[in-house]
Amino acid sequence: MAVETPNLEPKGIQGLGKAIKRKEDPRFIVGKGNYLDDINLPGMLHMALVHSPYAHAKILNIDTSEALKIPGVKAVITSKDLAAAGLSWIPTLAGDKQMVLADGKVLYQYQEVAAVYAETRQAAADGAAAVQVEYEPLPVVVDPYKATAPDAPVLREDIKGNMTGAHGPRRHDNHIWTWDVGSKDETEKALAASEVRIKQHMVYPRSHPAPLEPCGCIGDMNKATGRLTVYMTTQAPHAIRTVLSLVTGIPENNIRVISPDIGGGFGNKVPVYPGYVCAIVGSIVLGAPVKWVETRTENLTTTGFARDFHMDIEIGATKDGKVTAMKVYTLADHGAFDAAADPSKYPAGLFSICTGSYDFQKAYAEVDAVYTNKAPGGVAYRCSFRVTEASYLIERSMDVLAHELKMDPAELRLKNFIQPSQFPYPSALGWTYDSGDYEKTLKVALGRIGYAELRKEQAEKRAKGELMGIGISTFTEIVGAGPSKDFDILGIKMFDGAEIRVHPSGSAIVRAGTRHQGQGHETTWAQIVSEELGLDVDKIIVEEGDTDTAPYGLGTYASRSTPTAGGAMALGARRIREKAKKIAAHLLEVGEGDVEWVDKKFVVKGVPGKSVTMNEVAFAAYTNLPPGMEPGLETTYYYDPPNLTFPHGAYICVVDIDKGTGEVKVRRFVAIDDCGTIINPMIVEGQVHGGLTEGFAMAFMQEIAFDEQGNNLSSNFTDYLLPTALETPKWETGHTVTPSPHHPIGAKGVGESPTVGSPAAFVNAVVDALAHLGVRHIDMPITREKVWKVLRQAGVDSF
Amino acid sequence: MEITLKINGVEKKLNVEPRTLLAHAIRDAGLTGTHIGCDSSSCGVCTVVLDGKTAVKSCTMFAVMAEGHEITTIEGMAQGGKLHPLQQAFYDQHGLQCGYCTPGMIMAAHVLLQHNPNPTEEEIRFGLSGNLCRCTGYQNIVKAVQQAAQMLQQPAGAAADD
Amino acid sequence: MIPAAFEYKRPMSLEEAISHLAEHGYDARVLAGGQSLIPAMRYRLAQPSVLVDINKLPNLGYLHEENGMLRIGALVRDTDVEFNKNIQSKYHLISDVSMVVADPIVRFRGTVVGSLCHNDPSGDWAAAAIAARAQMVIQGKNGSRVESIDQFLVDSFATSIGEGEMAVEARFPTPNSLTSGAYEKIERKVGDYATAAAAVQIELNPDGTIKEAGIGITAVAHMALRVVEGENLLRGQKPTLELIRAAAEEVRKIADPNPDARGSAEYKKDMARVLVGRGLIKALRRLNVVVA
Repeated sequence: MAVETPNLEPKGIQGLGKAIKRKEDPRFIVGKGNYLDDINLPGMLHMALVHSPYAHAKILNIDTSEALKIPGVKAVITSKDLAAAGLSWIPTLAGDKQMVLADGKVLYQYQEVAAVYAETRQAAADGAAAVQVEYEPLPVVVDPYKATAPDAPVLREDIKGNMTGAHGPRRHDNHIWTWDVGSKDETEKALAASEVRIKQHMVYPRSHPAPLEPCGCIGDMNKATGRLTVYMTTQAPHAIRTVLSLVTGIPENNIRVISPDIGGGFGNKVPVYPGYVCAIVGSIVLGAPVKWVETRTENLTTTGFARDFHMDIEIGATKDGKVTAMKVYTLADHGAFDAAADPSKYPAGLFSICTGSYDFQKAYAEVDAVYTNKAPGGVAYRCSFRVTEASYLIERSMDVLAHELKMDPAELRLKNFIQPSQFPYPSALGWTYDSGDYEKTLKVALGRIGYAELRKEQAEKRAKGELMGIGISTFTEIVGAGPSKDFDILGIKMFDGAEIRVHPSGSAIVRAGTRHQGQGHETTWAQIVSEELGLDVDKIIVEEGDTDTAPYGLGTYASRSTPTAGGAMALGARRIREKAKKIAAHLLEVGEGDVEWVDKKFVVKGVPGKSVTMNEVAFAAYTNLPPGMEPGLETTYYYDPPNLTFPHGAYICVVDIDKGTGEVKVRRFVAIDDCGTIINPMIVEGQVHGGLTEGFAMAFMQEIAFDEQGNNLSSNFTDYLLPTALETPKWETGHTVTPSPHHPIGAKGVGESPTVGSPAAFVNAVVDALAHLGVRHIDMPITREKVWKVLRQAGVDSF
Repeated sequence: MEITLKINGVEKKLNVEPRTLLAHAIRDAGLTGTHIGCDSSSCGVCTVVLDGKTAVKSCTMFAVMAEGHEITTIEGMAQGGKLHPLQQAFYDQHGLQCGYCTPGMIMAAHVLLQHNPNPTEEEIRFGLSGNLCRCTGYQNIVKAVQQAAQMLQQPAGAAADD
Repeated sequence: MIPAAFEYKRPMSLEEAISHLAEHGYDARVLAGGQSLIPAMRYRLAQPSVLVDINKLPNLGYLHEENGMLRIGALVRDTDVEFNKNIQSKYHLISDVSMVVADPIVRFRGTVVGSLCHNDPSGDWAAAAIAARAQMVIQGKNGSRVESIDQFLVDSFATSIGEGEMAVEARFPTPNSLTSGAYEKIERKVGDYATAAAAVQIELNPDGTIKEAGIGITAVAHMALRVVEGENLLRGQKPTLELIRAAAEEVRKIADPNPDARGSAEYKKDMARVLVGRGLIKALRRLNVVVA
């Protein structure tokens, strides 16, 4: 069968809704992307790090003498050297601080202990291998439930006895904070009065974003000018520049952060990591550029993990399946330092979206965060802050409730959806949902997959002893952080900026404070501007990632780019259009009130033939202006969104299970997303494919696991499993469109919906296949062995 | 030690250590389209073609071992200013997002099509299972390889225009 | 990650290779495909001081039948086997294995003989060689010798290759028309080591009874093992599901897997049992004998 190429050439005016091919692709397909490790500067040194083999140990001695003897090794630094510069500890994004290099003790396996600088990467590696460190192992805390036991070893001696943390009181030296929302009393009362109640414990295991390009940094201090240029794999270059200025004391205008092409981020490339700091310090001290590129082991063991939420939920309902109340308790394992990447006021992120798509009248959620001997992190891995955990919790729990009620899970959902007439909907935990039509989306999905027939097939198969399951997830996200009244990181409000410069000849360069890592901003920002200004997309260049040129913005993560920078782009373009309209009136020799914007042209009202294009206006902006008007056609717009956006979707998964081995085969997966207005359907579909694949990976494969000594058991790609093309199911996608009423173009963002929404669909399908054997829940990742255990316990066996 | 590598038809004299990985040698020679993503021969972003029909993970081969072989990297795929059908198809089908796995994926697909010019979807998924992608979910990569297979099977004249 | 430095030898003849190996003894490692060795060196788990690269040796890339044996030279890559039409049609077990070793790209470099010499406890080729009753040809300074695979595979990562020797060939008996086999492997994903795997080969008598059976299991003990009692049960019997169940059950008695991220010992043992059963059923089906 012939493969069609329905996607359009990125030429001419191509506005919203057009599936144009990506403008960034031509450089990537010929191998001319420019990623961090592709950058080589004259005289550049290479850096390698020394890591701890222990999860918790006192450092008795560090001997660098052998390392310094290796030809090519220029220097070795430890925490003591950093202390001289006041950089042995740095602040985290979550109000805590973390060691750059181990200061007296190590708190997790693979923690950075020393940095070696050398002329070649080989010499740097040999140097790191030659540094001798003497450790005295200490007792470890691996299980978060044991972290706050009275006799638990104190991990953070630097804050021992200090019982006030960045987010309120601490009740144990290994306790970080407690955060809660909702009315506990009213919720407990409502639960007690409920006819039916379910309780379920579930773990969202520790995961890692693992983009294929590891993290890296080149520090380049020019001692002659006093200017520090930092090339860094960062999703948030401006925030990094501000942080670097604060910790180094170098004025912010003397720091230039360049985030080159990024080989995937998924939240991994938001925080500041010790390796970055060491590369920069090395450059300042040694007067030469210093490059550090992570090994895969460093990536998986030391940089931003995600999830690690241990959740207990209780839901109340009426006998006929109307939900009444929800109570959640979560223990969050934050590792050795609280380096979670969350907005300041939300230490558990936006976890309070856990009431999901359902009309809960009462709800209460409480989260406790604790220290353990694991790497720090808690990044928003392809999701808005902690929304993946919340969505999984509610969508899994709805199936548990359906099982308890002996009700079809689709029917239960339909019965409890927030109705279109209820928007804007105030949730019991304090959010105002912007828009949605959950029933419509679910019905599209049910129809597409043939739900009724599948249930029939399942009944027939079950009678024959075959195992087949159907899982549904009708999730709601909360993205686009966010409105400045509530959202900031280190005090910096979470708006985002766009700069648009229309040149005399009708081409334009646009810049944003966001930084794409595969999301396609070079295409979608151009489409927004093309839509708003009627310029050709091929004449619009989009540039991001250079703090010297781009307007300030907090970067790309948490599905925030389209809701924030996308809004800035549209409103900036409209501001330009306002000025352009005045110029158009001047050119058309009519009053401004007689000019209207029709079909991407300025037209004289009632005289369709009399019009000027934006190209003509652009030329006039530099050559033929109305008297008194400021020349030029440029603007910078900072957009502070009035609310978050709430994309949603309905996913349905069908699985078959091998009775001999416990292997789960995903037979079909239908994903109907509603992300509001679609800018580029091709890109949206691509985002959904990718997100579903990461959701699949979390459900069945990915886990950063530890043994009882705190050894990381998932330190490379042979142990931390990412699916290949062969394991990955084929996705069936579709859309409903419920625009956001407050976003300038009605868009909501989509990059993360599938990662957020899909894990519950997979797990629900597996549990559904095994439900008649007495299974109510299985924690991710669902391995063959977990299924096998269920099967053999139920006496099911087969060759 | 001094070695000569023939990369994309051009002989390059390189000074390497025996332990220098082929991936590093290629990149140090200025051809940075070949990427590195792991240390365990798992991810395949470093895949290059050896002698036209053999794909190798260039981080699991020492540069010295490649002497005497013809190495093709992503930079050698476009000929005479025209994209290779695989490059064109990845572009047409949105077969890439961040672009980091793309060169290795294209080189692996290139070798796959040498051995199986008309693969089924399942055969493509099987043949590309030594290469990881974190962005696309593989679906559009599969479509791209199908499109490229068709383009390559068309007579030269027909392939020249869409 | 960067391997530790080593001395690199690139012999152009077998004699030269053997003399390097003799000179450096166990400090030297043979470098063929390098697909296990190089990653181990990058993690510095292996730090050989001398590597003897045999890739330029002449006449070791042969793959042909001779005197009832498939002869696989030391430089035959997994893909040479995987893409070989004769092997696909006649050597069912070997063909199965060649499609699931490591991943499709690694197979372009990895060699059959190298894998057998590595004798990884989870290696695929070792189990297949056991089931097919393969032989190994080992070359030393004073000539070569042929060993049965059972003699050759000594222990985890250990073979009967002595100092100053190298394996130059693996030989698999050519199956007759009443012989078939299968390789059944569970892996968490492509490229992973087996959680458990089973290689089986069956030769039938013209009357439909089993003339000879070979069963090798891997990843479930310190090294790949022959399921001797399972083979004994099958030999001379008419194949039935009951018989297969009983033969597969023998696996439990000898499998002694280490629990790890791939599964508990109980799970791996049970999987080895299931996979032996499935392999036997598949091999018989390939001989048009349906037992299930």
